[in-house]
This record gives sequence, C-alpha cells and structure tokens, in this order.
Amino acid sequence: MLIKLTGGTIYDPASGIAGQQQDIYIQDGRIVEAPEDGRPVDREYDLRGKVVMSGAIDMHTHIGGGKGNIARTLLPEDHRADPVHRTHLTRSGTGHAMPSSFVTGYRYAEMGYTACFEPAVLPINARQAHMEMGDTPIIDKGGYVMLGSDDFLLRMLTAKKDQKAVNDYVAWTLNAAKAIGVKVVNAGGINAFKFNQRKLELDEQNAHYGVTPRQVLQTLARAVNELGVTHPLHVHGCNLGVPGNVDTTLNTIEGIDGLPMHLTHIQFHSYGTEGDFKFSSGAAQIAEAINKNKNITADVGQILFGQTVTASGDNMRQHANHKFASPNKWVCMDIECDAGCGVVPFKYKDQNFVNALQWAIGLEIFLLVEDPWRIFLTTDHPNGAPFTSYPHLIRLLMDRSFRNDMLATIHPEAQKMTTLASIEREYSLNEIAIMTRAGAARIIGLKDRGALSPGNFADITVYTENDNRETMFSKPDYVFKDGELVVKDGEVVKVTWGTTHIVRPDYDLSIENELKPYFDKYLTMKLGNFKISDDEISEDGRGSLTTHPLHIGV
Amino acid sequence: MTEITEVPSPFCGIGTDDLSIKVEGLAVTVTANGCAVNTPAFEQPISDTAPRIAGQTASLEAAVAKAAELLRDTRQPVIGGCATDVNGMRALLALADKAGAVVDNINFNAARRNLLAMQDSGWMNTTLAEVKNRCDLLLIIGTDPEVFAPRFFERFLWNEHAMFLESTDQRDVIYLGKTPAGKAAVSPAGKTPTVLACDDADLPDVVAVLSALVRNQPLQVETVGNIAVSALQKVADRLRQARYGVVLWSAGKLAFEHAELTVQTICNIVKDINMQATRCSGLPLGGKEGDYTANQVCGWTTGYPARVNFARGYPEYDPFLFDSQAMIANGEADALVWVQAYNATATPPRTGLPTIVVGRSGMQLEPEPDVFIPVGTPGIDHAGHVYRMDSVVALRLKKLRDSGLPSTAEVLNAIEQAL
Repeated sequence: MLIKLTGGTIYDPASGIAGQQQDIYIQDGRIVEAPEDGRPVDREYDLRGKVVMSGAIDMHTHIGGGKGNIARTLLPEDHRADPVHRTHLTRSGTGHAMPSSFVTGYRYAEMGYTACFEPAVLPINARQAHMEMGDTPIIDKGGYVMLGSDDFLLRMLTAKKDQKAVNDYVAWTLNAAKAIGVKVVNAGGINAFKFNQRKLELDEQNAHYGVTPRQVLQTLARAVNELGVTHPLHVHGCNLGVPGNVDTTLNTIEGIDGLPMHLTHIQFHSYGTEGDFKFSSGAAQIAEAINKNKNITADVGQILFGQTVTASGDNMRQHANHKFASPNKWVCMDIECDAGCGVVPFKYKDQNFVNALQWAIGLEIFLLVEDPWRIFLTTDHPNGAPFTSYPHLIRLLMDRSFRNDMLATIHPEAQKMTTLASIEREYSLNEIAIMTRAGAARIIGLKDRGALSPGNFADITVYTENDNRETMFSKPDYVFKDGELVVKDGEVVKVTWGTTHIVRPDYDLSIENELKPYFDKYLTMKLGNFKISDDEISEDGRGSLTTHPLHIGV
Repeated sequence: MTEITEVPSPFCGIGTDDLSIKVEGLAVTVTANGCAVNTPAFEQPISDTAPRIAGQTASLEAAVAKAAELLRDTRQPVIGGCATDVNGMRALLALADKAGAVVDNINFNAARRNLLAMQDSGWMNTTLAEVKNRCDLLLIIGTDPEVFAPRFFERFLWNEHAMFLESTDQRDVIYLGKTPAGKAAVSPAGKTPTVLACDDADLPDVVAVLSALVRNQPLQVETVGNIAVSALQKVADRLRQARYGVVLWSAGKLAFEHAELTVQTICNIVKDINMQATRCSGLPLGGKEGDYTANQVCGWTTGYPARVNFARGYPEYDPFLFDSQAMIANGEADALVWVQAYNATATPPRTGLPTIVVGRSGMQLEPEPDVFIPVGTPGIDHAGHVYRMDSVVALRLKKLRDSGLPSTAEVLNAIEQAL
C-alpha cells in the first residue's frame, strides 16, 4: 500500500529540514521517494497546516525490569486512582506513576512516541526486562545493560585484567542480555553497599576490592568505545541527590579523558551547598561543562510536582533517601552479586524548598545547554515524574511566560535561588524535534529511525499547531508506526508490536573459560541458562530483534 | 534415549538448574541432582493426552469450543490455580480481561501475608547468590527450609566456595520457631544450628520481643513462648555482629491469623539492623510451581499481584474480597476455570458451577468437570519461563520431550479467541 502524507510542515532535523512544507510517501513500513512511475496512491492524508515529525524516542525510561514491578506492587492505591478500561481494541490496566505494561505502550503511542529505552537492565534480570517490554505494545524498545557493581567486573579490576579482557566480558554481557548499550549506576557503589559502605566518592575505594568509581567509569567507557557500541557509556553518577554533588559531576566529566560519556538524569547530580538551606543550583556550572566538553551528552531527569515513585538500581542512595519516602514505605534489594535496586515513593511538592529548587535546576540545565543534540528530554520516568507529563514539560521549555507563571507559584526561597526567571530562551519546534527524535536516534545508534528521509522506517507523528504546546503535544492527530496508523486524534486505533533494538559486538569466546567456573562456583544459575536466546524474544510471534551495526574505525 | 543436562526446575522454588535428565520416549528420569521435591515431579508419567467433555473424550477444538460456550454469558467467572509459566499467565490474563473474570493464584492466601506487609511498609530483601556468597548468619523464622526445598542448604549455605567467606563453615544458623526435621542445617564440619523452638501460636509474640530487643526497648518479661528473653537477646546481638545477616521466613508456614503483622515485624527487624552499622537482608521462601510467576506477570499486566477482578472492565485488586474459594462458597461466582500445569494432585475446589480444568496430565478429578484439557508441563513438555523464590530471577525452562500436549498458553489463547 502506498500512503501519501500531503503538505505537512516538516521538522526533520536529521535531514536539516525545519518547518518546510513537503509530502511524505510510505510503502511497506518505510518512507519512500515520491513514485515516478505514476502509481496511484492508495491512501492520502491531508496534512496541510499540520506539524510533522518522526516518532518521538524516549532514551531513558524505566519501562522494564524488576524494580518497576516492585514499584507497581508497592502502590496499589496509586493504581486505584487511575484505572484503564478495556476496549474492543486495547487491554485493561492501570496507570499513573508506574503504569501497567500495556497502558505504558498505549500512552506512549498516544503522545506520539514510537520507541523507548529501559536504562537499567540488570544482566540477571534481563529476561524480566524483555518480558515486560514484550508486553508493551506498539513502541519499539531496547535496554542498556547495567555493569559496574557486578562482582565479576570488580574482580577483574582488582586482578588488573587488561582492557581487552574487560571488553570481551562487556561484549559477552551485551550479547547475553540482548542490550543496545551499557549503563553504570553509582559505579561500584551498589556493590560497596553490600559491604556496608553507605557512600562512595569518585576516588574512594571499595572496602573489599579496593577499586574506585573513577576506575570503573574509565574502564567501562573505554570498553564501550573500543567495542564500537554507538551509545556512549550511560552513567548514573556518584552521590545522587547529595547537596554538593555538582563537584563530583564536574570531576566525573573532567576525568573521563575525553571518552564519549552520557550523563543521565543530570538534574539529580547538579546540586551545590550554598544558601540558608545548604542546597543550591549547580546548573550553570554543569551546563558550562557540557557546552565545553563535546564528548559529553546528558538527559535531564526533570522533576515535576506530584506523586511518583523512584525506582533505581542505586540502592545505596535509595536507602539513604528512604526517610523521604511518601507514602512511608520502601523496598531495597541486593541482587545476585550483580546489582541491586531501591524503590522509594516520592511526592514532589512545589512548596517544599528542595523539590521546588530541583524543578528549577532541571529547567535551568535544559535552557543553558546550548546544543540540543547533546541534551535529552526525560523525567527519568518514573523517578522525576511519570512520562505522561512530557507535554507539560515541553510547554515549560517552549513558553517563557508560562514558565515564569509556574515559577511564581513555587516556594519563595527557591525562587530566590534560581536564575530561571532571567533565562529568555524558548525552545523551538525544531529543537524539540532534535532532542526527542533526531538526537535521540543518533545517540542510541538507531539506524533508520528518528528521521523522515526515504529509507527510514515510517515512524511519524502529526500534530495540529497550537500556541499551547502542552495541548499540542498531548494529543497528536496521527501516529504512524512502521507505516501503520496506530493513533488517531490521540487515541489508539491499531495495536502493533515494536521491535527490540540490540547490538551484537564480537568477543573472544575464551572469556567463557573464566565465566563458566565463576558461574558454577559462585552464582545460582548455569552460564548456559543465563544467556538469553533469540527465540525468547520472538517465540510468541510478536517480538523481533533488530541488530544495529557497530561504529567502525576505533 | 537422550541425556539433557543443566535442566532448570520449576517445582522447587529455589531455581535449581543443574539436574541431569534422561528421556526415553515419553519417560523422564532424573539421573543427577534430583531431590524429594523435583524427582517425582519430573518423573510423573503422562496418563491423559486427550481432552474430555463431561467425561467423554473429545478433540481439543471441541473442548475449547465447549469451554468458550460455558464462559460466554457468565457474569462473574473465576480463574483459579494460576499455576503455569509466564506465557500461560499472559494467556490467562488475556482471557480474564475478556471474560471479566477474577484471577486468583493458588497460593495467594500465603503470599498475601508478604504482600500486605510489603504494601504497608516495604522491606529490604536479598537473593540467593547473595546468600551463597555473603551470608554469615542465617536466622530462620517459623519454617524449615529443608522440607520446603531439600537442596537449599547444600546449594546456598554449605557451598564449597563463597566469595566473601574463607569457609562456609564460618556460617551460623539459628532456627526460631521450628525445629529442623533433618540434618541439612548441620555444616559439613559438623557445626549444628542453634534451635529456639516455640509453637506457631507463640511466634508473633516471640518475633515482637526480638524486634523490641533489636530496637533496644526495655522488656518486663523473662520468657516468651517458652524461649528465654536472654536467648533472644543473643540473637539480636548476633544480628548486629554479623557482616551480612539474612533473615528467612516462609509466608506459607505462618498459618495463623494476621501473620502479615509478623512478616512486617520481621521486615522491620531487618530495616532496624541496617540502621545499626551493619548489613542485613530478608529472604522470603516460596515460589513453588509458578506462584511467584503469577504475581509477577499479573503485576506488569495489571499493576497488581494475582488476585484481581476484571468484572468492571478494568483490574481491581482486593486481597480479601476476590478470594476465589470464598466467592465460590458464597455463591458469588458462576463459572470456574482451574489452571494447574504442574501438580496433578492440586485439583479444583468442589463446586456445582460449570467447571473447566486446564491441568497437568494425570489429574484425578472427582467429580468430572464439564471440560478437562490436559496440558504439557512447563520445563518438561515445552519451553517457558518461571520465577524462583526471590522474584528477581526468571528461569528459562527447557523442553525435554515431544509429548504432543498443548501448552497452557495455547489452550487459554484458543479459548479466548473462541469467546
């Protein structure tokens, strides 16, 4: 079937198109050139006066993996307030802070998103992550596998194994867990917590291994780069949420030796210690460092006010923060000599000084980082806020008077501690398209996605222009996924199943000569049973794997 | 004949995956690393291969059509058992969503004791590899792990190598409540566990006293449940001295009123120790025959663990109201689907309601249900996934033989399509 999208105003930063009227043709799931053979168009959509972008991509959202299910189980009261009815087309479920998997897929698609990436796939829990994402309809998915607090890597570092051996282990893990990138959370800190360390500075040694977070970061960043994995090491830094951690973050940026590194939910790592409350914004320094260091990318992890739940691998920091749990209940787990997790409900309040300033710090970073190709729109769902708040966040970025109206309502001392009111920048539609589409596809290494030129998959979102950007981005007119119309007027009209994006870097098979006895001796699963096979993703007839090439010339 | 090694078991809950199994035709024999729980469960012969409608042999298509007919105009069907693998649960939840059914996991009344505690105040727990490598003190409350899972001690306490202990003989084991049935808790070098036995009925008081001692609260009593408070004081001190203490309980064994409060007290002991300069973790023992699988899959599908009702068109969770056995007894249900792919002896509750049984081959049913469809067992007749006791690790189950039996998922998907 040949589909024509006629006369839309195109924002396709990957092709350098910013607001030009242009037709798009779709065939067999992909965008194609205008047919020259006079073939009739089977279906035409008149998009004159409408804004057309590729499907949005959330490069950091917790939609799969055990901690999400712990968060769900922990908060029945939150689900009761947001029941989602079954329709003739869609499954029932529940929503809000940590929606059920089907609802997650529907709601992302209804906002114009067509791909989402789970950033904390524990190797031992990767099966669950894929199974949950396998029950998340419409959107494509993928995951970054978590390393850095696993005993095997720390043992390697203590034993001063060479970089090649580490690279083999990292590549083996990427293959075994079916991931597209590598994440590190509080490098070595989750492990240190198991030895009763309650904090771990960048250059502080693990009590058992003697290894420092900086060593872990440098080794893993090098491994990712040398393996040719496009997505840079995805780093959740040390000292999350600790006043004064801006220094740690700046030190992390300086200390990575120019290697590519992505700093995630950087808002939570941009705090100073000035002022009466010993809590201040480090946003200006962080933005300056990002502007200066071209090897660094970041996503914000914006907080927005209201009830949510924080779900993190960083159980060291989550345990420290449990006293702020609201409602007052929380879960921490140590997991399989591999990692851990901490789930703590939070209610961010605009009249709480710290929360209000966190809100401002996130926005400051968004607005002070100059290059939209290197900063990404996230709330670290559900940690800063549920993903359903994205349209509101987009309005805050695009509409200065709205932003300042909101600023005027928050805790007065927080207003005094932020420069937000003086920042005049308003994001353009093209910049939004960069940070939520073209840039996201580029940083993850997705080929054929996030762009509207012929050859790309037809993941396309169509909006009606509206000065109220929250309204505009809440309810697209049309969303096409792989060329099929899946959402019309903000509601799902067809349920499809996206693909799982992965990389498969080569490695020296002899790494299993070390891994197998380690599994037999210390772990609780056989090496052969640990590795996820391709058919586990595809056997139910819905899922599929899309392998992306590695970058060459390393 | 084929020999298959590194076979994972869905039966024991502790995720044993080192079994060796010989397959000759349809006969399965465990040749290495079997136990009293796993071996008979794997070796059970196939006796039914054909579905039945009202006791008469029928084709699968006819049985599926009859099942759909029985469910078609119901107002409140219930789906009980929920003992299957991940794909089976996926299909079960799709059917329940369409039929407006209650979903009720067979072991929910036991799991509820944990869930209520968790949903009220949370917990700090650990997983089996952490126990295997870190635990230097195991406090067992109100249960006997070797009865539940005969290889628990061999695999996770008396392992030859532990990463962070010079010798696993350094480990101390304390029983609070139960007396061990056998010698599994005795270390290889002969170190015996400390046993502080009491009646189940006294366990809430004993645990409450231990909690008070952990919090350094003054106590007036000198004994509780025939246990000297001074002995409990030693337990509290040991928890503080341990580098990585683990407190184990089994919700299924705490079969007394409001056991959730005892679970909560246990979880609070763990939290309190973690605020006193050392580490400690909880470990809930359970997860046999896919009961944690039911809660996990229901969790991501609906937002709630596996006792939900879809009658209103969306999932509602009530850990008490939607008890399928009570609903059947009270006349609140009008049809029963019983799903039990692991255990032929776990038969449905007796009821006069229209009944559809999707069960393991060999299930003896009295009275004969309206529809019986024998299904393959996950991990024997087809591949699949199942969660073990820590709710974190999902095992990839293997297909061992070609029995021709359909999977639970195939049968329930077919009924859903026919509905």
